[in-house]
Amino acid sequence: MKPLPSSAQISFSRREFLRDAAGLALGSTLLPPRFAHAATPLKRKVVVVTFGGGARDQETFAPEGQENVPHMMRELIPQASFFTQVVNRGILGHYVATASLATGTYETFNNFATVPPDNPTVFEYFRKELRRPSSDAWVVAPSNGFNRIGESSNRSYGPGSGAKVILPKHLLSAAMSGGKADYEHLLRDNYETPFYSPELAGNDFELEQLETMLKLSVTDFKAHAKTLSSPDELSVYIVRQLMRQVAPSLLWVTLHDIDVAHAGAYSLYIEGIRRTDRLCAELWKIIQSEPEYAGKTSLFILPDFGRDADDDSAGNGFQHHRTGDVLSRTTWLMALGPGIREGVVYDRAVDSTDLVPTLGSMLGFSASQSQGRPIIELI
Amino acid sequence: MLPRDLNPDQFRAYPPEAKKIAEGYAGALRPLPLIFVASLLREVIDYDFKFPAERRALERELENLRSLSAPQVSDWFREFEAITVSDKLEHSDWVNEPGQFIEQLSAHLWRTHQQDAFRLAATHYADRLRAVIPPEKPAAPRLGISIIGKGTDSYTEPLFRKLRPHGAYFSAVNPQNGLSTLIELVSTRAKSRHIPYAHWYIDGGSEAEHDPSLTVVSYDALAPVRSALLRKMQSEISRPGTGPESLRTFMAQLRPGDVGLKKSDDAVLSHFQLKLLTEGSGTQIFSTTFAQWAAREALRRAQPLTLLVRFAPRQRQRPMNELLSASNTESELDLIGSLIDGDMGAYYNWINQLRLPGADKSSFLVWFENHNQAVVIGPSVPRGTESSAPTDVKQLLSWIV
Repeated sequence: MKPLPSSAQISFSRREFLRDAAGLALGSTLLPPRFAHAATPLKRKVVVVTFGGGARDQETFAPEGQENVPHMMRELIPQASFFTQVVNRGILGHYVATASLATGTYETFNNFATVPPDNPTVFEYFRKELRRPSSDAWVVAPSNGFNRIGESSNRSYGPGSGAKVILPKHLLSAAMSGGKADYEHLLRDNYETPFYSPELAGNDFELEQLETMLKLSVTDFKAHAKTLSSPDELSVYIVRQLMRQVAPSLLWVTLHDIDVAHAGAYSLYIEGIRRTDRLCAELWKIIQSEPEYAGKTSLFILPDFGRDADDDSAGNGFQHHRTGDVLSRTTWLMALGPGIREGVVYDRAVDSTDLVPTLGSMLGFSASQSQGRPIIELI
Repeated sequence: MLPRDLNPDQFRAYPPEAKKIAEGYAGALRPLPLIFVASLLREVIDYDFKFPAERRALERELENLRSLSAPQVSDWFREFEAITVSDKLEHSDWVNEPGQFIEQLSAHLWRTHQQDAFRLAATHYADRLRAVIPPEKPAAPRLGISIIGKGTDSYTEPLFRKLRPHGAYFSAVNPQNGLSTLIELVSTRAKSRHIPYAHWYIDGGSEAEHDPSLTVVSYDALAPVRSALLRKMQSEISRPGTGPESLRTFMAQLRPGDVGLKKSDDAVLSHFQLKLLTEGSGTQIFSTTFAQWAAREALRRAQPLTLLVRFAPRQRQRPMNELLSASNTESELDLIGSLIDGDMGAYYNWINQLRLPGADKSSFLVWFENHNQAVVIGPSVPRGTESSAPTDVKQLLSWIV
């Protein structure tokens, strides 16, 4: 067996490929930032998308994987700064890892518990320091535990100081209640134990707010949901509605379809990656087409983590993310928007926790309790 | 409690063979770190239901531990000793419930950022053990066969892309009698070298006719067991307070009889089948996942000389709009998806075969059932080659067996 690849080898092969395929330039920290010419912090908006459920190099940016991400390859990367080596040193469970991304600190709570993060979230920093109303920070997320991600248990912040959270599948469940549809299946989104659907507690979005805030009737919502093939498509539909009706300045979208990989069917995993690729491009198009967002919005796309390598005997390849090997810890980050250099690849290692301080620098707040550091190439 | 407090009486609840082993080696376990001992006891407690290859490996490992001097113990286990464990873990019943201990340990290691250190310690220990006790060589060169794409009429995308660089790709295979030829060959191998659990046939659907000397596991034969298990899982989930972790614990405590695996059957195989369904994710609902995971576990645990895996179509994953339409349509099959699953599954079968001793002499064949494409891999097969010359399954086998 060949030796396992190192994190640096992984990023090298990905960078070489990206340069060849998309004619990208190799960036360095010597390149001056361009944000001086971009929108001022007060007008700027940020959308963060977690490329849901963990995807590996060989199914995305490695040569054999490019066929699965055509939209990102052709449409997004040429407009983006791309970081090839984003290392997640935390717990590789989806809720706790996404919470760590959102706090800039490696959270250590039980991934399966319905608890808030221990450390302040990006939404709390943003709202408190910039005195923003609750309508200005939102999270759209799958339903397994993510309902508590909007605000932390940190004493300096507290209830009501974070983001509003929408769990589209729970909205759908509420909307469909009384029908005969097999909607319960949709809630079983914890793919590691496919038959488990969690109980909810905390700041979940109420059904009646569909009408009052999103200007969406339950009937229309149900009718549209019936035209969609996956929960992530439903999430993007809600995001569009949210952008049109509420136009939050900080919007966090967690996609999750890819995590079907836990069921062990490779074709479904690939299908999930292709759908997520399409939805990311769709989101960028929505941003460009909505007057409240066009020209002043930065989009960040990054997986929460990868999945196990084929040649790690402790795992079962793409199916899980349990070994903590290099492949499962090393991912990427793509940033697009005004002031962000286009078509540049950076191969230095950045940390998952660097996202929040970077957003802070861009939007004008400090992320004082974050473990990460701002990514200087983006600020 | 710590390992230094171990005494033979504490193993009284173990199954008979496991009890004997644990009692016999209690002294060797006492100087070792808790996390290592609990990991080892998780294997020991299942001794009665282990395959012969696993039993031999475990006994050799225990014998090696017994032979280590105090300075050697300190040297071998330094990295494990450096890992801190919570009081709660120390006070848990790790002797009688080592599986639960390991689950909780795993959560603790992730939470305390010690997962990487544990992983490294385990890797170094395994390397060291391999150097001292080289793995047993197989009695004959291994042969792995994977058959994919059952029921698929046509497929135009390239197959076997991950396996082709390692062997020869054939695009003009006469499919006639292909399946029967392959099953006949594995039966012949089983009859000529009769070793318990050394020759396996795993089917993701219904078993084809085969010789009784083969160890056989199939998805369809386990249908009543899968249904019983799913009912139990649903019932457990509906209980207030049940979460993924308690569900896992519940599943780990099931016995073959709880889900309808007959007591009169081969107890070792019954336990193996139960674990496929209780420990494997997706094995209860997708036949392709079942076949791949069963092959992985058979290779890892029984270390067979012969393994034939036939992938069969799995049920189609219904999209959201269909689920919302409230139609109670019968579950359809996803033929193309299953072919893609099988293609990747075959690659994993080959990787898992490579992990076993004697890999340099082992051979592998993958065939698109009832079609013209196949790849063969073996010591004498040139890598990365292709042939469009007419051939058949029998001839393919003649190059590797």
